[in-house]
Amino acid sequence: MAQAHTPKFSNPVVTWIDSRLPIFTMLNHEYNEYPMPKNVNYLWAFGAMAGMMLVIMIATGLFLAMQYTANTHMAFESVERIMRDVNFGWLLRYVHANGASMFFIVVFIHLFRGLYYGSYKAPREILWILGVVILLLMMATAFMGYVLPWGQMSFWGATVITNLFSAFPIVGDPIVTWLWGGFSVDNPTLNRFFALHFLLPFVIFAVVILHVAALHISGSNNPLGIDAKGPQDTVPFNPYVTVKDGFAIVVFLILYAAFVFFAPNYLGHPDNYIPANPLVTPAHIVPEWYFLPFYAILRAIPDKLGGVLAMFGAIAVLFVLPWLDTSRVRSCKFRPIYRQFFWVLVLCVLVLGYAGAQPAEGAWLLIARIGTFYYFFHFLVLLPVLGKMERPLPLPVSISEPVLKGGGRVAAGAHAKPMEKA
Amino acid sequence: MRALKTVLLSAAVALGLAGAAHASEGVHIPTQDWPHSGIFGTIDQASAQRGFQVYKEVCAACHSMKLVPIRTLSGIGYNEEQLKAIAAGYEVQAGPNDAGEMFMRPAIPADRFPSPFANDQAARASNNGALPPDLSLMAKARKGGEDYLYAFLTGFREPPDGVTVMDGMYYNEYFPGHQVGMPNILNPDGVTFADGTKATVEQQAHDVATFLTFVAEPHMDARKQMGVKVILFLIVLAGLMYATKRQLWSSVKH
Repeated sequence: MAQAHTPKFSNPVVTWIDSRLPIFTMLNHEYNEYPMPKNVNYLWAFGAMAGMMLVIMIATGLFLAMQYTANTHMAFESVERIMRDVNFGWLLRYVHANGASMFFIVVFIHLFRGLYYGSYKAPREILWILGVVILLLMMATAFMGYVLPWGQMSFWGATVITNLFSAFPIVGDPIVTWLWGGFSVDNPTLNRFFALHFLLPFVIFAVVILHVAALHISGSNNPLGIDAKGPQDTVPFNPYVTVKDGFAIVVFLILYAAFVFFAPNYLGHPDNYIPANPLVTPAHIVPEWYFLPFYAILRAIPDKLGGVLAMFGAIAVLFVLPWLDTSRVRSCKFRPIYRQFFWVLVLCVLVLGYAGAQPAEGAWLLIARIGTFYYFFHFLVLLPVLGKMERPLPLPVSISEPVLKGGGRVAAGAHAKPMEKA
Repeated sequence: MRALKTVLLSAAVALGLAGAAHASEGVHIPTQDWPHSGIFGTIDQASAQRGFQVYKEVCAACHSMKLVPIRTLSGIGYNEEQLKAIAAGYEVQAGPNDAGEMFMRPAIPADRFPSPFANDQAARASNNGALPPDLSLMAKARKGGEDYLYAFLTGFREPPDGVTVMDGMYYNEYFPGHQVGMPNILNPDGVTFADGTKATVEQQAHDVATFLTFVAEPHMDARKQMGVKVILFLIVLAGLMYATKRQLWSSVKH
C-alpha cells in the first residue's frame, strides 16, 4: 500500500490522520462501501452475530476475571461470591456462561450455512480454513472455561478430556502429565487453564481479523452461489446490511436474554454446583451440549486411540473440505441430489448429539456408530463422488437477472440460459 | 421470512438438542406448583421464612450452609433489627486476640451461617460415616431442583418387600439408589410456625424447599424482573429495526 493515497474526508483532523495512517479509508472501504450481494438472506447475519458474541464474551470475561480466584481451594467459592456479593455478578456470570452456548449455536449455524451454499469453495478456501481454526480455538477455550468454576463436572470433564491424550502410544502419558503440570488434574492444571482461557479469546480475535480480511478479498458468497458481476448485483454494506444484521442480532438477543434471565442453568449441569471432589466420580460424566456430537463419535469407536483419532478427524476433515467437494457449483440450490444429503448430514449431527448425551450402550451405541459412519462417509466418499456424477441445475446468469425479470427463486432456471458448471 | 423461519427453526432444534443432555434415566420426580416458578414468579417470603425456621431447628443440626451470609435473609423480608437478632443467636470463632488466642463471639449479619461440625471428618464421625452435604446450593445441585428436594423430604417409606436396607440406612423413594444415610427428620408438628401455619410434613418440606431455592439463588427475583424489562425492550427494538430494514430495502430490487 505504498502508492499515493488521496483521502476524501471533510474533517481536517481525520484527513491529517488518514494521510499518515489510512485507518479511516480502511474502515470506510471494509465496513461502509464493502459491496454485499443484495440477495443474501438472514443466514448471512450469523457471522455478525458471532463477532458480537466474541465481544460479549471478552467483555464479561474480563470483569469476571477481576473477581475470580484460580486456586483449587478458592475457585468454587470465588464463583459463588460473584453470584452473591459482586454487584450484578450473577448477571455477568450468566451472560458469560450462557454466552458460550449462544456462541456455539451461532457458529454452528454459520458453519452449516457455509456448507449449504458452498462458501468453502474457490476462491474462499483459506477463509473457510480460518473459520475451522476459530472453531477449534473456541472448543479449547470453552472446555477450559468450563473447568474454572471447579465443580464436579469441571473436574471430571477435565480429567476425561485430558486423559484422551494418553491414548497415543509412548508419548501419551508424558503428554498428559505435561498438560496437567503434575500427576492428576490439580492446582497447576487449574492455573494454566485460567491463563489459557484468558489468552485464547484474543487469539480468536486475531484469527477473526484474518477471517474477515480473507472474506473481503473474495467478497461474500450468496444463496445463488454465483459471483456478483457488478454494482447492479450488490448493495453497500452500510446501511443495508448493518441494519439487516442489526435486526437479526436483536431477535437473537431475545433468545439469549430468555436463557440468561429465565433459564440460566438449563444448559448447564446440576453437578457443577457441587464442589470438585477427586474421590467421588459422578454417575455420568457429560460434556457441554456443544461437544456432544464429537463425544458420541469418540465413544462410538471401540478402541480408545481409534476413538480419539475419529473425534479429532471429525474436525480435521473440515480443513480439507474445499478439496473433497469436486463439484464446482457452490449453492445446494442447484444441486438437487446433494441438497438431500446435506439435510441427512444435519440430521446425522443432531442424532449424534442426542446419542452423545445417552449412556454408551445398547441401541444408542449402535445409533452413534451409524451416525459416525455416515459423518465420515458424507465427507470422504459422497462429496468427491457426487461432485463428478451429479447434474446440477442451470445457473442464473447473474444475481440481478432472475429477480429483475420478476421471477422468484424458482424461476431462476426458466429465465437463465443453460450454463456449464461455474 | 422463510429464511428467518429457517433460522428460528435451527435454533429451536439446537436447543432441543441441548435439552437432551438433561434427559436421563432414574425415578420420576413429581413437579410441584411453586409460587416462584415461571417468568413472573417470585419467592413466597412467608413460606421462605417458615422454611428458614425448619432449616434452623431441624436441618442445621447436621447440615452446613457455609456459602451464605446471614444478611442474605434480608431478601425474604427480614429487616435490619431482625437480622441482627437472628445473627446474635449464633456464635462464630474469631481471633486471634492480643493474647494470640481464638475466641467465640456472637455473629453479626455479615457473618456466614456457622457449620454444625468443625470439618468433614467430624461430620462423618457423628453421622455413621455419611457426610451431610452443604445446603447453600442444594436447590441447584440436584436434578429436579426444588421439586427433588420436596420429593426427597416427603419420600421416606418402609422398604418394599424383598429390599433390605443396610444398617444405619433409610429407604427413600426418590434418592438415587433409594438408600440414604439421612433418617426421616420431618415430623408432623415437629416445628411450631410463628404465623400459625399448620406444620404438616408436606408444609415443612414445601417451605424448606422454598427457602433453599432462595439461598441457592438470592438474586432470582431481581433477575426475572430485569429479564421482563430487557425482553420487552428488545421486542420494541426489534420492531423498530425491522421497520427500518423494510423501509431501507424497499428501494432495492431483490
